[in-house]
Amino acid sequence: MGAMTTGKPPVTDWASDFDHTHPDYAARAPEIWEELRDRCPVAHTERFGGAWLPVNHADVAAIAHDTEHFSSEFVIVNDFKPTGETRPRGFAPPITSDPPFHQESRRILLPAFSPKEIAKWEPATRKVCVELLDAIDAKLRAGEDVDAARDYTQHIPVRVIAEMLGLPEEDGDKFRGFIYRILEAPGADHDIEYEDTLDHYLRQKVEERQQHPKEGDLIDFLMNVEMNGEKLSGDHIGGTIALLLIAGIDTTWSSIGASLWHLAQHPEDRRRLVEDPDVLPFAVEEFLRVYAPVTMARIVAKDVEVGGVCMKESDWTLLPFPAANRDPEAFERADEFVIDRQRNRHVAFGLGIHRCLGSNLARMEVTVAIDEWMKRFPDFELDATETVRWSTGQVRGPRELPVRINP
Amino acid sequence: MKIRLDNEKCQGHGRCYALSPDLFESDDEGYAVLLLEGADVPPELEGAARLAADNCPEYAITVE
Repeated sequence: MGAMTTGKPPVTDWASDFDHTHPDYAARAPEIWEELRDRCPVAHTERFGGAWLPVNHADVAAIAHDTEHFSSEFVIVNDFKPTGETRPRGFAPPITSDPPFHQESRRILLPAFSPKEIAKWEPATRKVCVELLDAIDAKLRAGEDVDAARDYTQHIPVRVIAEMLGLPEEDGDKFRGFIYRILEAPGADHDIEYEDTLDHYLRQKVEERQQHPKEGDLIDFLMNVEMNGEKLSGDHIGGTIALLLIAGIDTTWSSIGASLWHLAQHPEDRRRLVEDPDVLPFAVEEFLRVYAPVTMARIVAKDVEVGGVCMKESDWTLLPFPAANRDPEAFERADEFVIDRQRNRHVAFGLGIHRCLGSNLARMEVTVAIDEWMKRFPDFELDATETVRWSTGQVRGPRELPVRINP
Repeated sequence: MKIRLDNEKCQGHGRCYALSPDLFESDDEGYAVLLLEGADVPPELEGAARLAADNCPEYAITVE
């Protein structure tokens, strides 16, 4: 799969020619942010038709809170710039929506993702984790190698969100294929038939539902909910399902994977989790801070100055929440993992009106996944003979994570 | 000690009611509700109040 990104020209200067979709960025993004913080705080590139990369917490926060100068029309930086035609709704409301459309399209979804509603999904999530761990146990007994990403993390959010939406969990491989094309290699010339696209898949599913209604899941909810007294349009429904499917999967998969990657290398943190289970909620927030998977993006809607640079209308700007989370101006001992950190205003779920809709779901999944893994396999390490591979693009996490599990 | 929640700044990150359930709860949409509006924070909850304020990504909670 890496073949899609290897054709990119090498980056010689990350301050003036960055490429966040380059494999080098995937491999060492935190070092690059640190280097940029010392040199310029806001990096630029002519790639993608012109894009900015702020790395300080203050600049990232200012952009996230400014919906007047920054549009969310498209949140994945690629070679094709949106022209404003789809504002204020965008393709996948509410993540691609601007005010005033944003508020109502988000409000209808909030109750389904409130902590109280999400708590109802915890037992199902635990069951998914236990089944996956049983399968890993069986592999260990058979003397087979274990990959914590392929055998564990990548399946958890897929199964949970499929159940919430009412889509078949066997379609998991399909979902991961859509995600790869949209997030990891956006704009690349994917040679696929329309029948194999997410758009086609969703149209088909919604048509099926129109003919055979099914109650009680999120697709049913979206097909019946009213916004300002009217049912949602077909495009709105499709766009929101696409959002829930895409945003709900590889982000959390990345987060769980990065947490296990950390634990594999830090026996003292593994011990602490075993001996002091009450530390888990703090540990989860610290995993989210240090290994925040998601970088969002905006399109500049009106010229504006941020961090000493002048961003021009129709420039892209990235919102690297993980870089903001490592800014020493905003966090004490920012570059250290402190398992019981008491002051942690991390921005892994973004800031402002677009705060991650699924944050309660993601937290619950990460917490359960780490809890169950540690109960089953408290002692494990990276397999030194194999390589960890991190995803490219705006969602960062281990896609291959070979581990050795000690008895 | 007084505690204040700025509802304009709150975006429903949910850190306060997870960490300090004696002082905050969630409304149906996930936004924070301060249970003690205007009242003094009882001494035994001062630590919880600070914890909630120190973990709000939006700086929506202040204690003084």
